Amino acid sequence: MLLDDLHGIAKRERAEQARHEQHIVVCTGTACASARSAEVQAALEGGIKVRGLEKRCAVTPGGCRGLCAAGPLVTVQPQGTLYQGVHPEDAEAIIESLETGAVVERLHCHTDTPFFTRQQKVVLEQSGLLNPDRVEDYIAHGGYEALVHALTEMTPAQVLEEVVRSGLRGRGGGGYPTGLKWSTVAKAISDQKYVICNGDEGDPGAFMDRSVMESNPHRVLEGMLLAGYAVGASVGFIYVRAEYPLAVKRLEAAIKQAKKLGLLGANICNTPFSFEIEIRLGAGAFVCGEETALIASIEGERGQPRPRPPYPAESGLWGKPTLINNVETLANVPPILQRGGDWYARIGMDKSKGTKVFALTGRIVHTGLIEVPMGITLREIVYEIGGGIPDGKQFKAVQTGGPSGGCIPADQLDLPVTYESLASVGSIMGSGGMIVMDETSCMVDVAKYFMEFSMAESCGKCVPCRVGTAQMYQLLDRISKGEATLDDLALLEDLCDMVKHTSLCGLGQSAPNPVISTLKYFRDEYLAHIVERRCPAGVCKMSSPAHNGHVSELAHKEGVR
Amino acid sequence: MSKAKVATIWLDGCSGCHMSFLDMDERLLELAEVMDLVYSPLVDFKDFPEAVDVTLVEGAVSSEEDREKIIKVRARTRLLVALGDCAVAGNVPAMRNAFKVKEVIGRAYLEDDLTHPQAPHIHVPPLLVKVKPVHQVVKVDLVIPGCPPSANIIHYAVTELLAGRTPDLSNLTRFGA
Amino acid sequence: MKATPKSINAPRVVTLKINGQDISGREDESILDLARENNIFIPTLCHLDGLTDIGACRLCLVEVQGMNKLQPACVLRPSEGMEVNTDSPRLQRYRRMVIEMLFAEGNHMCSVCVSNGHCDLQAAAQILGMDHVRLDYFSKPRTLDGSHPRFVFDENRCILCTRCVRVCAEVEGAFTWGVMGRGIDSRVITDMDERWGESTTCTGCSKCVAVCPTGAIVDKGKGASEMVKHREFVAMLREQREREG
Repeated sequence: MLLDDLHGIAKRERAEQARHEQHIVVCTGTACASARSAEVQAALEGGIKVRGLEKRCAVTPGGCRGLCAAGPLVTVQPQGTLYQGVHPEDAEAIIESLETGAVVERLHCHTDTPFFTRQQKVVLEQSGLLNPDRVEDYIAHGGYEALVHALTEMTPAQVLEEVVRSGLRGRGGGGYPTGLKWSTVAKAISDQKYVICNGDEGDPGAFMDRSVMESNPHRVLEGMLLAGYAVGASVGFIYVRAEYPLAVKRLEAAIKQAKKLGLLGANICNTPFSFEIEIRLGAGAFVCGEETALIASIEGERGQPRPRPPYPAESGLWGKPTLINNVETLANVPPILQRGGDWYARIGMDKSKGTKVFALTGRIVHTGLIEVPMGITLREIVYEIGGGIPDGKQFKAVQTGGPSGGCIPADQLDLPVTYESLASVGSIMGSGGMIVMDETSCMVDVAKYFMEFSMAESCGKCVPCRVGTAQMYQLLDRISKGEATLDDLALLEDLCDMVKHTSLCGLGQSAPNPVISTLKYFRDEYLAHIVERRCPAGVCKMSSPAHNGHVSELAHKEGVR
Repeated sequence: MSKAKVATIWLDGCSGCHMSFLDMDERLLELAEVMDLVYSPLVDFKDFPEAVDVTLVEGAVSSEEDREKIIKVRARTRLLVALGDCAVAGNVPAMRNAFKVKEVIGRAYLEDDLTHPQAPHIHVPPLLVKVKPVHQVVKVDLVIPGCPPSANIIHYAVTELLAGRTPDLSNLTRFGA
Repeated sequence: MKATPKSINAPRVVTLKINGQDISGREDESILDLARENNIFIPTLCHLDGLTDIGACRLCLVEVQGMNKLQPACVLRPSEGMEVNTDSPRLQRYRRMVIEMLFAEGNHMCSVCVSNGHCDLQAAAQILGMDHVRLDYFSKPRTLDGSHPRFVFDENRCILCTRCVRVCAEVEGAFTWGVMGRGIDSRVITDMDERWGESTTCTGCSKCVAVCPTGAIVDKGKGASEMVKHREFVAMLREQREREG
């Protein structure tokens, strides 16, 4: 495979696509699929056939367009008309519009609104535009050009240099400089090295990586190949949770297609570089997103973290130097190589370069997947892209980083979104979960929800996380029911401090964050529950003062403890 | 100098800590010169007096009666001492905590092959859902682990307290000692 | 590419400071080894000489200058100029809390335990000054497996240190013990959560009995005074095997 061959494939694919004047692209991502987009696709195909338009118009599956709450989404190309909430019954109207040239107004989703115009797409730039089932379509969109160019024209050190120059940092949550990680693995001396793509996305409500794997699987493979070339690895693993069947299916198909084209396997592009990729399914343990636990899981061991150091870069999978990057991180690599590290570094702010994908959910008008340049303010995300709070309610807080993150209050809305600024207010960038809360959310309840999650997902290996999360949950539960004392609150704060500083892995170390941040900004809500036995948001139900008359456990309610 | 007022109470425990207290033997006579035992299961006072200097508590808080008693005692005591593992950690009485009260009562009074199986319900205080160590119900000033703490340790702790010092028991006793 | 330097296989000797004391150590020794060689006390529970260290109990956490996170001494390797502090008010507070958590998690009634007086957990509580538990006791009903003819497994006393799991896998090679469940529901089990007495893998070697820090795995029919454990045998056995190749 040479650059010319690649361009040949792209040319043929474009010619093939040009045989049809119009393309109706139906989103087949998990969100739209669960809103029955497959039936919409079938109805469209049926309607086209009935009217004998097969020659003129093709119906193709597409990837995610981001506005998941408005699915199923259908795009008519080349006009780019986007339709939302399309049902099988609407197929007729859409097909009719092809002939009349008019737009079906009742389904029309305007793409000149801030939700679309305020975004800046790098990772998701091809999502929704290309057919995820066809490697040729990816190539027609410039795919694998970066790889072939790198293998034939660049040394591994030069590839590494571009990534370092881009300023890219880990998108899985930690924000560790990607270039530094790569160079550490590249420097390690070993007969065997590995690249792992971490697709064990587990934050509640987060689906950034799923969308990338489903909508653009080849982007992930190309990122891994470039990483493997740069660090000197010959085997890669994609660790995906089994709850993502569509992502797994698409990745499996993509691996086969890439192999067939000689873009994966032995002596890629007739160079000495060989690289194999295997998929490993995770059984849905949140902790397996932690790199050492993920490695243990691939090795066939119980998915539990190991103390670091040694870091995987030095001793990872089967004790060999291992590069482990998140899906979104790797998906950033091909455009960086294609357009240069300097181009990437111009996007973003301070030490946070490029763009970040967020799954915007909660009390917000536009729920879905967005990609924004680093440095954008939370206010722009919530009020412009997100369209603000529905039903005239008041914004209260935005939660980032899932169970490892924190809640950011209204007076911090003008904060630019960077790794450092989010950390400075007690939250984290995280993998991209962003939950908006309004006045109807109780912050004690929010903290309790995340603590319940951490408790359930704790692996049980180290004492502080195993017992501490359960103790903290119990205290939060008591607070939410109006059964706690101020001593309990002090004990909760002691536990937060202890669990944060003594747990073995990131799960335990960050599990207290939702409590710490809500206590920092919403302490009055905690006090209202404890002292006044009242939930200001009206979410928590207080237990009755003397329950179960005959046999009772009242001790701590008397405030005498 | 007036004598210090010392009391002991017995909640849910086996009375072993009180036996250990009595094991101070002739040292009790020396203690009697600096303290008065103003309330105790070992002596006959009907009501717990006010302004007690030191109260030693044996046993865990298991019933409504225990709970009421310890709240009253706490209010009338300057220094409250949890004496022995039941008071400090729940110990044997707390072994029922893994079960429901109904199950416990049933096992003790109803399940065995008895002539008149019946659970006591008149003139007996109801059990709490969970047995608790004293410090989880009221504030405790000193804990003395041990099952039971030896007479030597009780003697050391009491004399130190009466002398106005905080005894350091960490090397002398432990849970189960 | 440069050739692999020869010295990479021979551990270097470095000098470091533990609690201000100058110490020399090989790079393949742990900070815990070095501290003990120099009579510096660091409490441990999941560590046992002769078994692979896992850094799980967090009792041996120490402060290292220049590292922002506390490090478990059992797996931490020395480096030149390293400055380690094994004892600070903060570490003492955290260690006491670890012990509190273990007491709150299981059902540890020392006075009625056959390991009373021979228990590492009980001893750690005393050494670290943990004399009462501020946390709520979970008081979870747990099972006792007395199906084995010679041994008993009482889950109430288990602290999930996994010494039994490791000795069974690493020294005996039987792999009878394992861990199942997650978080607070984690449990140590025999085979596929089957009764110990019916285990097809257990060789009855009793190594798990010897290494168990508490009264969770014990000999049947012994009183507390007879329940003396010989935990030092693992390290001796390992050494002997290594000598004999």
